[in-house]
Amino acid sequence: MFEFIWLITAMPFAGFAILALAGSRLSRRGVSVIGAGSVGLSAVVSILTGVNYIFQSPPGGAYTQPLWNWLAVGGFAPVISLYLDALSVVMVVVVAVVSFFILLYSSEHMAREEGVRRFFAYMDLFVGSMLVLVLADNLLLLYLGWEGVGLCSYLLIGFWYEDDDNVRAANKAFIITRIGDTALAIGLLLLFVHLDTLNIQGILAAAAWQWTGGSNLAFWAALLILGGAVGKSAQLPLQTWLPDAMAGPTPVSALIHAATMVTAGVYLIARTHVLFTLAPLVQGLVAFIGAATLLLAAASALTQWDIKRVLAYSTISQIGYMFLALGLGAWSAAIFHFMTHAFFKALLFLGAGVIIAGLGDEHDLHKMGGLRRKLPVTFWTFLIGAASLAALPLVTAGFYSKDLILFTAWTSERGSFWLWAAGLAGAFLTGLYAFRMVFLAFFGEAKSAVAERPGRAIHVPLIVLAVLSLVSGFIQMPAAIAPVTVFSDFMSASLPPVKMVPVSWPLEIILLLAAALVPVAGVIFAWWFFLYRPGLTTAFVGRPAAASIHRFWFIGWGFDVLYNALFVRPFVWAARINRGDFVDLIYRGTAWFSAQLAASLSGTQSGMIRRYALGITLGTIFAVGLVLVL
Amino acid sequence: MNGIPPHSIPTEHGLIVAAVLFVLGVTGVLIRRDILFVLLSLEIMLNASGLAFIVAGARWLQPDGQIMFIFILAVAAAEVSVGLALILWMYSWNRTLDVDCASKMRG
Repeated sequence: MFEFIWLITAMPFAGFAILALAGSRLSRRGVSVIGAGSVGLSAVVSILTGVNYIFQSPPGGAYTQPLWNWLAVGGFAPVISLYLDALSVVMVVVVAVVSFFILLYSSEHMAREEGVRRFFAYMDLFVGSMLVLVLADNLLLLYLGWEGVGLCSYLLIGFWYEDDDNVRAANKAFIITRIGDTALAIGLLLLFVHLDTLNIQGILAAAAWQWTGGSNLAFWAALLILGGAVGKSAQLPLQTWLPDAMAGPTPVSALIHAATMVTAGVYLIARTHVLFTLAPLVQGLVAFIGAATLLLAAASALTQWDIKRVLAYSTISQIGYMFLALGLGAWSAAIFHFMTHAFFKALLFLGAGVIIAGLGDEHDLHKMGGLRRKLPVTFWTFLIGAASLAALPLVTAGFYSKDLILFTAWTSERGSFWLWAAGLAGAFLTGLYAFRMVFLAFFGEAKSAVAERPGRAIHVPLIVLAVLSLVSGFIQMPAAIAPVTVFSDFMSASLPPVKMVPVSWPLEIILLLAAALVPVAGVIFAWWFFLYRPGLTTAFVGRPAAASIHRFWFIGWGFDVLYNALFVRPFVWAARINRGDFVDLIYRGTAWFSAQLAASLSGTQSGMIRRYALGITLGTIFAVGLVLVL
Repeated sequence: MNGIPPHSIPTEHGLIVAAVLFVLGVTGVLIRRDILFVLLSLEIMLNASGLAFIVAGARWLQPDGQIMFIFILAVAAAEVSVGLALILWMYSWNRTLDVDCASKMRG
């Protein structure tokens, strides 16, 4: 059965090829059938593969499918080959299933768009690249998928390319992630030079065998890989591109900038976890970046008025949780949160897309309101998504994944009180901003009329993702509630378990209660501020000190301003100074010299025959003289 | 007839005459402005080289020198016929035989 895994990546690429080559002959309906159907087939194959993996695990827990030799130069012979283990099974199933439902949603949401064929072609290309990324068995193929998803992200952010702002947002995303990609490429070369292979399992084995913990090489390799992950996953200090990336269509935000591509960094670190274990300093940095990012982004999410930007900052914040888990060595907890986050964040984005389309392209939360009755399905599913995001206890998937991270932050060997406190403060803010969205959009009085109601192709993905946002958490529960550890047992084949410091029974209960009650407190605060006493926030923000903090958070802690002053403006200035391009001076100098020479020599072509004759004569005398003298 | 016949002109003398003739021709080509005289000077140069061939042929008792002279005569005849035709055309075009005026053609 495993020999069919190549179909998982081949299907979306085939869809892309059909749309790109023959799409103009297809009807709009045909385009969405091909676009969503190819990914749907891929999702079916990946689910079958996943089921097969669970019931009939391959020997060693991993299956490698070599497809063909890429090239062979000297000792460098990367093979195009797919690698399936517990980690990639989870990634593939989540990516393919979520992608399919988002594409199904798009078939209605994007139906009336001008460039629907372009949209589905890019989306298929994206899904194919993402699946290559997670199935790659060597880092070079992984890098190919990595760049492929980056390219599609760029193309889809700039989908409405006629608006300059969208193009600028696409450029920003591309350039900032490129900084990380460059670090990753250097890291790959470093690994190849020192370990002589790019095969991921080979690297991990060789690194564990050749390098000692805390060695310089491991430090640099892990740091460079972290650089790539930070860029792609929009973590500090390269997080500024993600809020602007919301310029793309909403399904793009749901698929690329929430569920899949931005979590590629988490996958990469989990995949190369041995390197990070060997570089404790970098692993500590991962945890610190995660904790700082989740707090900063959660605070910014609280102040945004654009519903998509709230969700964007929320994505940054949730990926911060995943990085925190990675930094603690809780690899499977990070992947668990990736999975639940993919479900509920895709759901929230799709719900936001319904609202935005329903209100005639209205992004402003303050102009929504009272949508509870007009869009009932969207309301209930959005509520489930927000509850899962806020990690409301017991019923939501987000609770189980976030509780696991918070619990690990305290009990892991690498954990500390401060990391736990940051995570808990973030959980409070998450509850606050998630339900601020819900209360502003769906409760209160209606402020604008709903022009467009969603149909079945939108409702089915919403309901499926809502169900997944509820039930997907039950596969891994805190020991204090029920001893269910299906997920971490499953992952243990590819990711080592976290090293815990044993904690006493009462402390475990206290930690669990804190993780359960803090988000509830956040929701109650949200209810108090945004529904019960809506005047309070305006009065609070009216104060000058609060207003400046609000403004500071609103612009994302001033990172854009800082980077503009530090990098963009000096660069633009240098570009303006160097408009003539001083490198060209060499070439222009050569051209000038030739022109001068030609001008002076062309004077000899006078048409005066006697001068020509004189020239011939003198030349002959000179030549004969030379012969005589020498 | 073994070697150089007695009382004949020494080779050096013949070559000196040829060289003097050639230099006269070159000088004429360079300083004369009337195109007819330029053509005449060219003929003198051709004949100078022809004389050099003859002298060399006599020196080594070979007929090649005289054969070369016949070739040179043929070339000179062709050159003169083409040259005179050009001179005629030039005169009808410009009403002058000044060779420097040919630079007006700009070609």
